Formats: sequence, structure tokens, C-alpha cells
Amino acid sequence: MAEVFQAIDQFPVTLKTWLLGHAAGVMPEWALPLLSAALSITPILAVFPLLFALTTVIERKGLGRIQNRRGPNRVGIPLTNIRLAGFGQFIADGIKSLTKEDIVPRSADKVVHFLAPIALLIPVLLTYSVLPFGRNMVPLDLPQTGLLFFFALGASTELSVFMAGWSSRNKYSLLGAMRAIAQMVSYEIPLILSALTVVMIAGTLSLSGIVESQAEVRFGFLHSWHLFTPWGLVGFFLFLTAAAAEANRTPFDLPEAESEIIAGYFTEYSGFKFAIFFLAEYLGLFAMCGLGITLFLGGWLPPFKFLGFIPSWCWFLGKLVALILLFIWLRGTLPRLRTDQLMGFAWKFLLPMTLINLFVAGLWHLSVTSVPMTVRWIGGFALLAIPYWLLGRGFEAQVGKREYRFAN
Amino acid sequence: MTLSFAILAGLTVGSAVAAMSLRNLVHCALGLVLTFAGLAGLYLQLNAEFVGFTQILVYVGAVAILIVFAILLTRGTEPANEPAAVSPWAGLPVAVLAFLAMAAAVLASPVDKRLAAPVPEVSVKTLGQKLMTDYVLPLEVLALLLTAAMLGAVIIAMKDKEDLQ
Amino acid sequence: MLGTGILKGMVETAKNFAGSYHDPERLTTVEYPEQRIAPKENARQFPMLIHDTEDPMKGLRCVACQICEKECPPQCIYIVKSKDKRADYKGQMQFYPATFDIDISVCMSCQICVEVCPFESIKMDTEFELSNTDRFGGLLIHKEQLAKSNEHYRKIHPADAAASDAVLAAEVAKAQAKAKADAEAKAAKAAAEAKAKADAAVAGPVPAPATSTAPQPTSPPAAPAA
Repeated sequence: MAEVFQAIDQFPVTLKTWLLGHAAGVMPEWALPLLSAALSITPILAVFPLLFALTTVIERKGLGRIQNRRGPNRVGIPLTNIRLAGFGQFIADGIKSLTKEDIVPRSADKVVHFLAPIALLIPVLLTYSVLPFGRNMVPLDLPQTGLLFFFALGASTELSVFMAGWSSRNKYSLLGAMRAIAQMVSYEIPLILSALTVVMIAGTLSLSGIVESQAEVRFGFLHSWHLFTPWGLVGFFLFLTAAAAEANRTPFDLPEAESEIIAGYFTEYSGFKFAIFFLAEYLGLFAMCGLGITLFLGGWLPPFKFLGFIPSWCWFLGKLVALILLFIWLRGTLPRLRTDQLMGFAWKFLLPMTLINLFVAGLWHLSVTSVPMTVRWIGGFALLAIPYWLLGRGFEAQVGKREYRFAN
Repeated sequence: MTLSFAILAGLTVGSAVAAMSLRNLVHCALGLVLTFAGLAGLYLQLNAEFVGFTQILVYVGAVAILIVFAILLTRGTEPANEPAAVSPWAGLPVAVLAFLAMAAAVLASPVDKRLAAPVPEVSVKTLGQKLMTDYVLPLEVLALLLTAAMLGAVIIAMKDKEDLQ
Repeated sequence: MLGTGILKGMVETAKNFAGSYHDPERLTTVEYPEQRIAPKENARQFPMLIHDTEDPMKGLRCVACQICEKECPPQCIYIVKSKDKRADYKGQMQFYPATFDIDISVCMSCQICVEVCPFESIKMDTEFELSNTDRFGGLLIHKEQLAKSNEHYRKIHPADAAASDAVLAAEVAKAQAKAKADAEAKAAKAAAEAKAKADAAVAGPVPAPATSTAPQPTSPPAAPAA
């Protein structure tokens, strides 16, 4: 029985080695690494755009239910009357995006305008290559610098935002682009610092190594996820907040909010280019969630050892879907933050909290042998909760009675 | 001289030339970004993974954004249409002279005749340990420099707000 | 503390989400066109012409007075009077509209035509699913389509229909009373004439003076008893 589950768990790897073995006799020597890379990439290119399509439908239906209405529930299988509760909506959206007229403003910078969506999509797709999707299932295993690769490509996406905003020759696009870049740059610091905490404890920048460092089984059944530590818990929420801001997701979606700035830096894009922007934005969100899962939630590890029969890639996908649903829930709940509130939140709250988190993680690691578990937990939480309360007070104090300078 | 080196070198030099010669300032900045990316590729070719990815993270992710913001906040969105002030042919003899001097210096040095030293297997761990032990002084001086830069930025931004009021 | 507001909000939205599956108050969508909401009594869309009898054309109340055509602000009504007359509900001979067209792409549903009609013949309908692929001809409604029965009017606007019926009934009653009074006056006049004639006939043949051939200048007025 265990062999069956093992086979299901490793079937992508066995499939790939089988195909490569057969191709080795047929193809020349220099083509084999390319074929291996292509075989690794194909599942990513198949699964994640499909996940994106389903997410758009689930988001619309979920937001609808949160807002006391139904979401789309008519479009099912095209050319038939089968409704499928609206889950064919992404087909209709895809056909619409592909067949819309591609309008480029006359005074726009054509080359840069064309390259911006591509410059966004390529780094985002590249970030998927270092995420461990399951046991032995990392497309590109970089034992020295896996996490650094991810963050380097994440930083490159900001350039395409600028390209999109500037090449449109539109004041509002430019304004949206500047705000978006400022937001992304500011929130990169808490993002990287909260990830750095994990690197410090795990001792390696390799993502599969970080997952391995969470494989230790405690109390006989509990895998030691980083989430199950005080600094891990707080670090996870800090990471999620910074990831939401990096992905321009509510409550941090001011650069692309419809009621504020029409569409921000991609106002002047229509048709397929807009679809690429949309796709790249959601894929970036999935990649950030995937990284959060790898760093804090144990990657492809189950929480309890006795649940290990469920395949590892199932666990990864399940956690990814849970995080996506959490983001949809947050989108339906929270109002948007204004630009200055956004920046203040990053620099005055998230940054100090991540630094304190780093310090607490260091204390936790150094006191493994000397201090009993309960004391470590209580001490860790207290050291994190008190600054949280104090910093939070700084935000509430500003919400006082509003003074109207010219009305009195 | 492998194919990958030729492609990367061509990309780097070509985009550097474009960054110098294009009319539109933002196009020049984007050409510079391509140069940085080419340099990162060259680092990766030398198996210096950490430096290569840090080059992308710092230069493409931060310095390029800085250059672009500087252009935006000072020049506005109008494309530059000024003709070149000085004739380009005046700089050509100077460039050729400089290149000849550097080439002579490089070729005369013993770098060509030395045996290639075995590449040390440097991991990120050893890099970190060296930074914290042997090179801790430059690290702290850099931190001080960055703090001074940030303080300067905050002071400049604050002054603007006071002017408005 | 920072974050309590967020958690409270998330609990509320979770309640909304879960409640929308079993609580009708938390899911107020009406899935048009499978489900429809009944229109309110004061709803109005475009005008209709009321007809009283079974035959829509013969029972049209409209008498082509053209007041609504003149009062319509965007001038969307077009009326052509008939050449002949026919009896209306009171029995009087009236014209009728040979052509009555309303252009509903122009009509703004202001109800002024309803307010000025003296004959209670044009009222507001609630039909709104009138979209058409013919941009011009399809939105020009002729009197065959405009004619709706009084029962339909009573169904969609009960109070207004009752008031309209009362007005018409009052008109009919007034006409009947007037006719009755006229008939009575006529009958009295006829009776008086007959009585005078009878009196003259009685007093006429006995004295036959030469001057009796002249018509009697004044006959004594009818006796008050008559």
C-alpha cells in the first residue's frame, strides 16, 4: 500500500526519467539538457495558467457571495446549454481578451509599450523554477542561491511596471506607475527581512533545503513547520502582508484600483496585452504564496506525519489554494489603504516588526538547549506582542477628530 | 571563447553603446538595464552565483529604478529632442587612444602567461563568514554610508513638506 | 489593538458568505429573466391606448382630439384623424384615429399625454422588454400594438383604473341625467303643445265667426294643472 502512495507521489519524476531515457537513444547529446528543462517546465506552464483561470472565476463567485449576490453562474461549456455553475467564465474571458482590438495610443512609445507586458511575464514565470512543488520536484535546484534568485527576479518586475506607465504617455498611467513602484520597493524590505529570518534559522538559501529543515518530527507526529514557532507565526503574517503589497492586492491595490485611477499603469493596454498583465499579476501572487508556503508552511510536508500518504504535490497545491482563498476573503473584507497610509504602514510598522522578529528568532535558536519549551514560547510571544501593541497604538492615535482647515 | 560568452558580451557591449547613443533618455536608461543584465550573465558564467543574482537584485531592481525616477522627477514626460552639442567625431581619437593605452597595459602584464589558478569552491556560507570576520569594517562603513544616504533623503523630503505649508 | 477590526470584518464577511447559501436575506439577487420582480403600482414605461369592448379597434376610447400630440414635449405622437365618425361610449358621434403612432425611442415617459387627455383614453403601460433589432421602424409603435384592454389597465394600475372608471361612469351618469332632463323637457313641451292644440280644437269649431279663420293669436297658456 505504501508503495502505491509512493508511486503516486513521485509519478512526475518517474515520468520524466522514463521519457528522458527513451529520448537518450533518439536525440543528440547536446539536446538532452534542453529536453530535460522542457519536461520540467511543461507541468508549470500547464498547471499555473489553469489555476489562474480558475482563480478568476472563484474570486468573482466568492466575492459575489461575500457581497450578498451571486457571481457569474451562466457560462459553462461553450456552444452548449450546460451551465457548470459559471465555471466556464474563464473561457469566455479568454476569448474576449484575445479578440479585442489592440489599441496603442498614437503618441505612445511603441517599442517600450510592446515590451512591457513581456518584461513582466518572463521574470514572473522564471520565479516558478526554484519552488519545490513536491518531494524531489524542484525544476531548478540552486543549492547556494535559490531564494536569492527568487528575490532578484521579483525585483526585476518593478522595471516593467515603470515601462508600462511611462510608455503610455498618460498622466494617470505615470502616476499609477510611480505609486506602484514606490509601493513595491518599500514592501520589498519587510518581505526580504521576514524571509531572511527563515534563512538564518535554516542555515541555507536553497529552497529545498529550507523545506528539509522543517521535516523534523516532534512529539511523534508533528512536523516542525516554521509556522509552529512564535517568530514563524508572526513572520508568516508579515510575509503575507508584504506579499499582498508586492502583488498589488487589496488592501494595497491603489495603483490599479478602478475607482481611483481607472487602471493605473495599464490603463492604455487592451486585448491580449492586458490579458498578459492580468495573468502576470496573478502568477506573481501565486509565486509569492508558493514562497510563503515553502518558507513557513513546510512546503510539500504534511502537518502530521500520519497524513503523509497524501502525495506531496497535493499538499503544496492544497496549501496554495488555501492561501489564495484567504487572499480572496481579505479582498472582500478590507477597504483600500491610501498611498501615505500604505507607506507609513511599511516603514513604521512592518519594518520594525520584522527586525524584532529577526531578533526573537535568534534568541529562539540560541536557547534551544538551555531553556524549556513553554518559557521559550511565552517569552517569544511576549517579545513580539508588546512591540506589536505599541506600534499599533501609533496608528490608531492618528484616527482622531478630523479638522477642516478652511471650514472653521 | 564559447558561444554563450560571445552572446553575453555582445549583448553587454551593444546595449552599452545604445545607452550612450540613443536620443530618448528613458531608452538610454533601459539600455543600461540590459547592460546590467548582461554583466549578471557574465558573473553567472564565471560560476559566481551569489554575485550574479545580487547584481540583478541591486542594479536592475534598485539602481535602475533610481535612475528612472530621477529622469521622471526632473525631466518630465517630454521626449528630448535636442541635437548633440558637440560633434561626435571629436571624441573618437580620444577613445582610440585610451583603448590603445589600456590594451598595451593588459597585454604587457603577466596575466596572459600565468596558469589559471584552481577556482576555489566558495559557498555563500564562507562569503558570509568572511564578511563578518575579515571584512567587517568595510561592511560597517557601508552600513553607515547607507544610513547617511537615507537620512539625507528623509531630510530633503521633509524640507519640501515644510515649504508647502 | 491593531488587527481586531480586520478580524471582526473577516468574521462578518464569512457570515455573509456562509449565510448566502441558506439565508434568503443574505442573497438578494433575482435571477432575471428566469425570475422577475412584480412591478410596483406606480411604475410606468410607455403609453398605451385603452379600448373597452372586445374589438380593439372599434372600442378605442381615443377620439383623435390631438391634445396629447400638441402637449407632448419631445413630439413623439403622430395622429391622423379619420374622415368619418362613429359612436363613443356615451353614444355621441366622434372622430377616431386612423393613425396613432408613438416613437418610443423618443418618448421620455413624462406622462403629460395622460394628464391632458380629456377622454381617459391614453394611459401608461409597464411593458419594458421592447428591444428590437430594427433601430427605427421597430421602435415606432402603431395603434394596433398600443391598444390594450381595460382589464389589462385594471390589472396593472388598480387604483388609477378605478379612478378612471369612476370618471367615465360619472360622465355617463351625467349624460344620462342630461338626456333624461332633456327628454322630460321635450316631453313636457310636447305635452303642452298637444294640450294647447286640444284646447284649441275644443274651442275652435263651435263659434264660427268670420274672423275665426285667422289663427288664434295667442292661445291661453297651458293650464297650470297641466
